Amino acid sequence: MGKKLLLEHINVPGIETLEVYRQKGGYASVEKALKTMTPNDVVEEVKKSGLRGRGGAGFPTGMKWSFLYKPEGVERYLVCNADESEPGTFKDRFLMEHIPHSLIEGMITSSFALGAKTSYIYIRGEYFYVARILEKAIDEAYAAGLLGKNILGTDFSHDCYVQVGAGAYICGEETALLESLEGKRGNPRIKPPFPAIAGLYGCPTVVNNVETIATVCPIINMGGEEYAKIGIGRSTGTKLISASGHINKPGTYEIELGLPVEEFIYSEEYCGGIINGNKLKAVVAGGSSVPVLPAHLILKTEKGEPRLMSYESLSEGGFVSGSMLGSGGFIVYDETTSIVKNLYTFARFYHHESCGQCSPCREGTGWMEKILHRIVEGHGKPSDIDLLWDIQRKIEGNTICPLGDAAAWPVASAIRHFRAEFEEYINHPEKIKDIKHYYSVHQLAGA
Amino acid sequence: MAKVTIDGQTIEVPDGTTILQAARMIVDDKNYTGVNIAPPTMCYHSKLKTSGGYCRTCIVKVTKGSEKDPRPMPKPVASCRTTVMDGMEVVNLTSPEVLESRKAVVEFLLINHPLDCPICDQAGECHLQDLGYEHGLAKTRYDFKRRTFNLIDIGPYIKLHMTRCIMCFRCIKVADQITDGRYQGMLFRGDASEISTYISKAIDNDFSGNVIDVCPVGALTDRTFRFKSRVWFTKPMDAHRNCTKCKGKVSIWLKGDEVLRVTGRKDQWGEVQDWICNECRFEKKHVNDWVIEGPTHIDRHSVISANHYENLSSLKLDIGKQQKQLNKK
Repeated sequence: MGKKLLLEHINVPGIETLEVYRQKGGYASVEKALKTMTPNDVVEEVKKSGLRGRGGAGFPTGMKWSFLYKPEGVERYLVCNADESEPGTFKDRFLMEHIPHSLIEGMITSSFALGAKTSYIYIRGEYFYVARILEKAIDEAYAAGLLGKNILGTDFSHDCYVQVGAGAYICGEETALLESLEGKRGNPRIKPPFPAIAGLYGCPTVVNNVETIATVCPIINMGGEEYAKIGIGRSTGTKLISASGHINKPGTYEIELGLPVEEFIYSEEYCGGIINGNKLKAVVAGGSSVPVLPAHLILKTEKGEPRLMSYESLSEGGFVSGSMLGSGGFIVYDETTSIVKNLYTFARFYHHESCGQCSPCREGTGWMEKILHRIVEGHGKPSDIDLLWDIQRKIEGNTICPLGDAAAWPVASAIRHFRAEFEEYINHPEKIKDIKHYYSVHQLAGA
Repeated sequence: MAKVTIDGQTIEVPDGTTILQAARMIVDDKNYTGVNIAPPTMCYHSKLKTSGGYCRTCIVKVTKGSEKDPRPMPKPVASCRTTVMDGMEVVNLTSPEVLESRKAVVEFLLINHPLDCPICDQAGECHLQDLGYEHGLAKTRYDFKRRTFNLIDIGPYIKLHMTRCIMCFRCIKVADQITDGRYQGMLFRGDASEISTYISKAIDNDFSGNVIDVCPVGALTDRTFRFKSRVWFTKPMDAHRNCTKCKGKVSIWLKGDEVLRVTGRKDQWGEVQDWICNECRFEKKHVNDWVIEGPTHIDRHSVISANHYENLSSLKLDIGKQQKQLNKK
């Protein structure tokens, strides 16, 4: 069994209530931090732990916190990004739904470290029922004196609010999230200024993922150095992975970073192998926006070393032969999957979710979707593959926010690794007629 | 003060200046004889706060961040929204990558643009037209149906032709910052988004006409001028009158003795110098209303200025050639 920190007590009945959560050692980090540490000590512990943002980019959290601008007399805010909108990712929902207090605890401890009197949890609209769970947990915490004025008898006061979004992918981008939280249209802001200088209501703001904030609790409890011993290299600690797709046991798993990918997919403890004993075809390792990797590259790196579940190992080889850990949305495809159709689904999603502010993303995502639609309908042209490649190359890096990159990377990787499949679709449109949604042409040819 | 080098030209500018403003300062200098190194803009307007950053045509590459931190910036940046740092080095025309990215942006702007220039009132003074010509995008690779919208009259004077819109947000900023009360905004998202007024409410205030001047394309046109004449058949004259609402300094566009339309005076970057009121713009359509100062000097390299396309070759801005070099690499 790998080490569990966040999901240690997941099977304890009633863990969603404050009573059971405290019996199991909950809110220890709040007591430890507020009573025995200074805010700077907390930041230092997080720095020592080597914790990296769990939302996708993997930026060191301690570093992000130390960038926060702290002028006198200006409010600071902590905002929790619970707008988990990356397709294939559902780890935050699982955590908030079952152990809501771990997030509240992390919010209090982190806010203490940042000196934030108010914090917000911005949760996506589709998770309205989770918002209710969180609100109940917050009420319990207020009643127990863990939130509100003079928490646990110290002079630290803190208020935490839950704000439900309307369910837009773009609102997971931190500045769009802040705009939405302010009650405006959720459009990403043009940076600089970064939120650490001028974020929510123009005040310095830190935006962190749910899992990142929840992980602060075990770090404070066990100490940063101790936490840094878990994991591998610069990927310290544990990570929640949302495994989905053609596996026997889809679900949310907590893994120690550095676990071999092969073990994660095939061991009984985790995914339990591919469904129906089929062959592995490809894996999207970190949510829909990261490059898809074919079986031979996901299990072993180009150099022949086993690929590990860590920030470094998954991105080894750059985008030519590597991918990213991203948000931990681990989507597995078996041999029956059509990469082209899957890519069309992704492209449709990004087209639908593009905010429309900057031209490369607004126009390019729609263009890519239309071309892919033509290909999956059997009307593709031989020049379409190169055209797609050219469009994605021109979107990437030219946009305001990373949505453009997120739309471009899956297209690039699918063409890079599965070009033959695109050609098959274009050259033999008669084969793809009347086929089921997820059956690839190769499967059909075999049958 | 910060020293910044753009395409090999060094200038010292106050802190807080953007790369675009610095480039324009270089070009504006009387002693400067080189090519126009200021990046083109579609959405940035110096008189409007928080404008810019959307269209991405002004993107440049920062090859050296600053004296303190000489690392280059990883992605191309929007020059209209990026402030200079001391010792910053920027490449615009000298970088084939930048030109290629800009060409890509122009292509993206054009894929859903109707290309109805032959019947568009903006033709001849359209920034998108200029950009298209400059980047050699005579053909399109887009073979799908373009998105279309119905024409909307916003008030008695302004026509909104949403199909032509490139989402520069300038008119929204004008509505926000120049006129009182915001009636205009963006509906929907992605490539379905459209500029609209709140439930087809007419824009009714004294300065609403300025949205026509800031529109870089023909999406917002003057209903009193629609289909009257091609702009290159009219003669622009600087003129003024005593106005109680605005400064009254305008350009009037004459055909014979007839005032076909009145617009704000534009500087060499195609930006309005002074906002003018609706009375001046729409109601004073007689030569006797105006004191004519003389012909408007048209600086901007638009089709209404003579020999634009001959001048283009003298700029040595052969993008096609640079493109080939890039492909060889």
